[in-house]
Amino acid sequence: MITLGRGLTLFTIVALTISYQIDDIQTTAVAARTVREAAPLILAGLCGLVSERSGIINIGIEGQMLLAAFCGFLGASYAVESMGSTPALLVGVLAAMAVAAVAGLFLAWTSIKLRMDQIIAGTVINIFAIGATSFFFAQGRTMPKVPNWSVPGLDEWPLVGRMLFDHGPFTYLAILVVAIVHVALFHTRWGLRTRAVGEHPSAADTVGVRIFRLRYVNLAIGGALAGLAGMALLQSASVFNRGMTNGKGFIALAVMIIGRWRPGGVLAAAVLFGFFNALQAQLQFKQAFDIPPQFFGMIPFVLTIAVLAAAGLSARPPAAVGQHYETE
Amino acid sequence: MTNDTPLLEARGLTKRFPGVIANDQVDLVLHRGEILGLLGENGAGKSTLVKMLFGIHQPDEGEILLRGERITNDGPGESIARGISMVHQHFQLVPPLTVAENIVLGAEPVRGLRFDKGAANDRVREISERYGLTVEPTDVVEQLPVGLQQRVEILKALYRGAELLILDEPTAVLTPQETDELLAILRDLAATGVGIIFITHKLREVLDVTDRVTVLRRGKSVGTVATAEATSASLAELMVGRSVVLRVDKTAAEPSEPVLTTSELRVRDDRKRELVSGVDLEVRSGEILGIAGVEGNGQRELVEAVTGVRPIHAGHATIVGQRVAHDPRSVRELGVAYIPEDRERDGLVGVYSIADNLVLTSYHTAPFARTGVRQFPAIRQLATKLVERFDVRTPSIETPVSSLSGGNKQKVIVARELSVENQLVVASQPTRGVDVGSIEFIHQQLIDARDKGAAVLLVSAELDEIFALADRIAVIYEGRIVAELDPNTTSREEVGLYMAGGG
Repeated sequence: MITLGRGLTLFTIVALTISYQIDDIQTTAVAARTVREAAPLILAGLCGLVSERSGIINIGIEGQMLLAAFCGFLGASYAVESMGSTPALLVGVLAAMAVAAVAGLFLAWTSIKLRMDQIIAGTVINIFAIGATSFFFAQGRTMPKVPNWSVPGLDEWPLVGRMLFDHGPFTYLAILVVAIVHVALFHTRWGLRTRAVGEHPSAADTVGVRIFRLRYVNLAIGGALAGLAGMALLQSASVFNRGMTNGKGFIALAVMIIGRWRPGGVLAAAVLFGFFNALQAQLQFKQAFDIPPQFFGMIPFVLTIAVLAAAGLSARPPAAVGQHYETE
Repeated sequence: MTNDTPLLEARGLTKRFPGVIANDQVDLVLHRGEILGLLGENGAGKSTLVKMLFGIHQPDEGEILLRGERITNDGPGESIARGISMVHQHFQLVPPLTVAENIVLGAEPVRGLRFDKGAANDRVREISERYGLTVEPTDVVEQLPVGLQQRVEILKALYRGAELLILDEPTAVLTPQETDELLAILRDLAATGVGIIFITHKLREVLDVTDRVTVLRRGKSVGTVATAEATSASLAELMVGRSVVLRVDKTAAEPSEPVLTTSELRVRDDRKRELVSGVDLEVRSGEILGIAGVEGNGQRELVEAVTGVRPIHAGHATIVGQRVAHDPRSVRELGVAYIPEDRERDGLVGVYSIADNLVLTSYHTAPFARTGVRQFPAIRQLATKLVERFDVRTPSIETPVSSLSGGNKQKVIVARELSVENQLVVASQPTRGVDVGSIEFIHQQLIDARDKGAAVLLVSAELDEIFALADRIAVIYEGRIVAELDPNTTSREEVGLYMAGGG
């Protein structure tokens, strides 16, 4: 995997360099947009990863993100009336993380206590999110804009500056969280137990690991990450729109599968999908070909299907994912 | 506390489940450094008893004393903390994790926030050297052979400072050689002062390794005897409450024409790996061919291929001159009976009644169906007759099969398959998890089928069963028949050697 990763990195650098020689403005735009588009996918993909590694399928990420964006927007929007825009944004972040974490706990509860099918429970979250956010949606509100944190000096560098050092806080956070989840999953007690519970829950149970508690904790952590993903969407939109997740919660599941349930893999796969998104946006914007723009808009979804079909052949999910655990 | 205080004492343990008393006033005593055999038929309550000792089940009545002090049951975690560990029948190991990770799981060494892998590896090395149980801490568990995986299970217990080790049918999955190694390990462990409860239904192992034996029958403790004063026959009698013929009476085989022949048979599993690699077999009418082998060496695929359940990849199999196709019904119509290895999955429909399971292969033919309509009187008549003749212990023929005990489920299958005349009987692990009384009965049915002229292909991981029944023995190893032996001239040791890939 390391050699494959290195090969892809090398290929990307070469391709970027060549492309930059041909058209520096468009290459820079696409590269910067790729990273920006990848951020919510990374966070949402890690939400799926933390859930599934502990054995619970989370198909409700889409709904969690939508609820998070909605509550984050409302929180920041009302808070700004009585405080500065930075604290108001922090209120929004907390609201977003809290609501998505509660949705995650709901999913864990339906699975553990009610023994409900996890796909159905996740779908419940998705449908609820669409309905609730549409119903309570009030037009005309505004929230403080999420600031751009460009790194002075570094952001002046050609290509790399715009690509890596000129983003909002949630984009940097997404990359930081990849490293944190990686270390936590493979180098901490929590990570060892999470992997054991997702692969063979009764093995963990018989040595005294409290698997249900761990699943609740993981679904809450995953929910918090989905909350950050929702904030990452607000970072670029600055306003809540109905259905603004636009399928990203499902693409995040594809990202997780293609990333083979590993944080580094999630990062790579999210960047790939971010690139597809950026490319189609640029092609639509440029009207490079005489093709209706909807066709370009379709690219990310078609590629999701194609890449998933290919990746699915060799993907090996956690062995106990989706199964109810029977205690005696 | 004196040295006379038992390590563990159970007094009057009773556990009721809806409709049954699983354990009824069971007493049990275990001393330090002692190996206690726990013997009983399936459904006798052995598992329930050890689950209460290990804290998985709560007893309804009675008390448990550990080192002379009364303990309450607070779950496996608490039991482990008190020095009680259990090696489960199905390994409780996480396949993609390393040996050390599996051993320390639940009690991991940590440095700050990090899980200390180095310390885990060192601790495992240290314990494995102290007890002479060699393992490599960094090996991934799923790549280890079964015998080594079991060693990891035992190390898991020792890492937690187990003074009392419960082993639930630990030899069920081992080769004879691995079993001997395990028994030697248990003796060494007992010599260091560990108390061991060893559950099995193999009398030979009980006689080999235990100091005392407690026998359960229908939830009650029917006696505890010193192993030195016991014999196979006396233990078997305690188990089933009557004397049992351990050797099946059978006359010499009189084989005639070949019924099943395979030629260069190759079969793949679901992941396209070739698990049967060119097998040539011939089973004749009136003989039992026993296939001996450690599980996972292609037996399942071989059996599924000749019964038409699984496609043949290359080569061919014929039954009474007809090529076997990938079509179970057409194979059955040639006169083939099939007792599958996994009776729950392949042999029975759990939610159906006993009667419906008994016509599972004939429900669509007269007299059980006419013009596509099922004829219940005929079905009931057949079911009543078979339940009686095959001694299926059940309240009624309408009882769902899933509520029967393992031995009775197997009798339902045997009744369905062997109550009609057959050309070929394919029996895969026909007495796995079945009590001694039923084993005897099923063995007799297979002999009777042979004597009526059927060819019998018997696959079994139990050498006792192979030696009791087979007229010829073929040993399968990694998808090939590596030896064909005559049970009258070979020995368990020789067969075991071939099973392990030697010879």
